[in-house]
Amino acid sequence: MLGFIARRLVVSIPVLVGILIVTFALARMVPGEPCKSILGDKATASMCASFNKKFGFDRSIPEQFIIYVKQLSKGEFGNSIRYSRPVSQILVERFPLTIEMAFFALILATVVGIFLGIVSAMRHNTLTDVSTMVAANVGISMPVFWLGLMLAYLFGFLLKDTFLWLPPSGRLTAGLASTPFYVAWGWDVVLSSPLGKFYQFIANHYIFNALITGDWVVFNDAIKHMILPVVTLATIPMAIIARMTRSSLLEVLGRDYIRTARAKGLMERRVVRVHALGNAMLPVVTILGLQMGALLGGAVLTETVFGFAGVGRMLVEAINARDYPIVQAFTVIIAVSYMTINIVVDISYSFLDPRVRLQ
Amino acid sequence: MSKIADASTIFAEQLDSEDLLGDPIPMWKRTWKRLIARRSGQVGLGLIGFMFFLAIFAGILAPYGPHKVLIGEKFLTKRAAPCIHALGCPSERPQHFLGIDGNYRDQYSRLLYGARVSLAIGFTTVSFALFFGIILGSVAAYFGGWLDNLIMRIMDVILGFPSFLLAIAIVAVLGPGIQNALLAISIVTLPAYARVTRASVLTVVKLDFVAATKVLGGSHKRILFLRILPNAITPIVVLATLGIAGAILDAAGLSFLGLGAQPPMAEWGTMLGSERNQIFSAPHLVFFPGIAIMITVLGFNLLGDGLRDALDPRLNS
Repeated sequence: MLGFIARRLVVSIPVLVGILIVTFALARMVPGEPCKSILGDKATASMCASFNKKFGFDRSIPEQFIIYVKQLSKGEFGNSIRYSRPVSQILVERFPLTIEMAFFALILATVVGIFLGIVSAMRHNTLTDVSTMVAANVGISMPVFWLGLMLAYLFGFLLKDTFLWLPPSGRLTAGLASTPFYVAWGWDVVLSSPLGKFYQFIANHYIFNALITGDWVVFNDAIKHMILPVVTLATIPMAIIARMTRSSLLEVLGRDYIRTARAKGLMERRVVRVHALGNAMLPVVTILGLQMGALLGGAVLTETVFGFAGVGRMLVEAINARDYPIVQAFTVIIAVSYMTINIVVDISYSFLDPRVRLQ
Repeated sequence: MSKIADASTIFAEQLDSEDLLGDPIPMWKRTWKRLIARRSGQVGLGLIGFMFFLAIFAGILAPYGPHKVLIGEKFLTKRAAPCIHALGCPSERPQHFLGIDGNYRDQYSRLLYGARVSLAIGFTTVSFALFFGIILGSVAAYFGGWLDNLIMRIMDVILGFPSFLLAIAIVAVLGPGIQNALLAISIVTLPAYARVTRASVLTVVKLDFVAATKVLGGSHKRILFLRILPNAITPIVVLATLGIAGAILDAAGLSFLGLGAQPPMAEWGTMLGSERNQIFSAPHLVFFPGIAIMITVLGFNLLGDGLRDALDPRLNS
C-alpha cells in the first residue's frame, strides 16, 4: 500500500516540474510587456526600465525562473502588478468563493448523479430510465454559460415577484456583510501574519463562517445567492456521473456472482446495495477526479455569468492585463490542486480495488 | 458415447458449410447496421444531418447575409423580438423569425451561417488532435524506452491542467481569434488520442504477427500502418466523435469569453457572449444560439454513444 502511494507520488514529480515550467513560460510568452500593459502605452523608456528593475524583468529568463521557484517554495507569490497588493492576499479573498461553489457543486453532482444512475439502472429500460438518460444526454450537451443565463432569466426575472425568486448575481444582497468569525468572537488577530491570513481565508467562506457564528441572516442570504451558480455548475458533472453509474451498475449486475446472489433468494435491494454497488462505484470514483477539472473550468464561465469575484474570473482578467504574478500564482495553485485531487482519487481507488495496488 | 458422435457430426457439418468459407460481412457494414438500429444512432445521425443541411444550404435558407446590417428597415428596433407573420405578428412589420440582434442583424440568418462555423470548428480541431495524437501515441508505444517516457510525461503535464483553463492560457499567449482557439483546443485534447493509441498499439505489438513481419524484413512504418492501426481504430472513432462535441462546446466557451471567434463572425458562442448583459431585456438573443449549440452537440454525443455500442465486441450476437 505504502509502496503504491510512494510510486504515485514519485510519478507526479515530473508533472509538477512540468507544471511550473509551463506556468512560468506561459506568463512570459504572453505578447506585450507588462510595463506597457500596466502603466499604459505612454510609459517612457526610463519608467519601464525602473519598472522592470523593480519587478525583476530585466534579469535573464533562467534567473527569473530560479527566483520564481525559490519564492514559490517559500510560499511567497509576489505582488500583483495591477493592484499593488500581495497576490496571497488576493488569493485569500478570491479562492474561498470558488472553493465554496465547487464544493457544493461537487456534492450536488455526486449525490444526485449517483442516485439517478442507480435508479435508472435498477429500472432498466423503463420510462424512468429512458427519460433520465435523455435528460442526462441533454445535460452534457448544453453549454454551461447558457444554462447559467437561462436559469438567471427564469429565477431572477420571470419569477421575480414570487417566492421562487433567486438572486441572479452577486454573493450577498447589497448592504449585507459577512462578519468574520474572529471579529464576532472578539479575537485579537494580526491580519497580515500567516495565521491571520489563514483565518481570513476561512472567514471568506461566507456560508461556513455564517454557520459557525450563528449569523442566520447572512447564512440564508449567502445560500440563496449560491443556489443558481451551484446548480449551473453541477449539472454537467451530474449528468456524466449519472450515466457512468448507470452503465457501470448495469455491467456489474450482469456478472455471475450477482446471478448467484439472486439465485440464493436475496432481495434485489440487498443484492444491489451490498454486492453490486461497491464494484460499480469504482469507475465512478475514477471520473470524480476528472470532474473536478471540469468544475474548475466551468467555474470560470459560471463566475462570469453570475458576477462572482472568484479565482477563475480573476485569472482571465489577469491574463488580459499581463499581470504575471497573478497569472503564475493562480495557475500553479489551480494546477497543483487539480493534481493533488487526482492523486487522492488514485490512492482511494487503490483502497477500493486491491488489484490496482498490486500492479 | 452417442452424444460425442452427435457433436462431431455437427462440427463436420459446420466445417463444411458455406458460411465459414464465404466472405464475412465487412466490419464497417456490420457496424453501420447496428448503429442505425439503435435509437441513439438514429437520433444522433438525424440531428447531425439536420445541422449539415442547415450549414450547406444556409445561403438559400437565410433571408439575409450573416453580416448584413439592417438599419433603415421599417419598424426596426435594436434587439427586436421575433416577428413571425404566421404566428400573429402584423404583416406590415418585416418578418424576422428569431429577432434582431444588438447590431441590427437578422439572428436567424446568423444562426444558419453559424452552423458552418461550428461544424468546421469541430472537424478541424479533432482532425488536428487525431493526427498528432495518433502519431505521438504510436511512436511512443512502438519504440518504447525513453521516447515513450518523454512523450507520455508531456501528455501528463498537459492533462495536469484543467483543460478549459489551459486552453484559455494558450489563447492568451497566442492572441484571441478563431484559429488560435482551434489550436488551443487541439493541444488540450490531443493527450486522450495519444494515450488510447498507445494502449492499443501496446497490446498488439506483442503479438506474433508483428515479429513475423519484422523477421520478413518489413519496415517499421509498414508494420504500424498496415497491421497495428486498424486494430486501434475502434476506441479512436468513438473518442473522435465525442471529441467533436467537446470541441464545439469549448470553442463556444472561449468565444463567449471573447477569446475565440471575434465579432462580427457569426459563431454561436460569440453571439451569446455579446448579448449576455441583455439577458433580461432580450432573452431571445441568448436562448436561440444556446439551443443551436445544444442540438449540434447532442447529435454528436448521441452518435458517439451509438458508435460505442455498435462497435462493442461484447454485444456481438
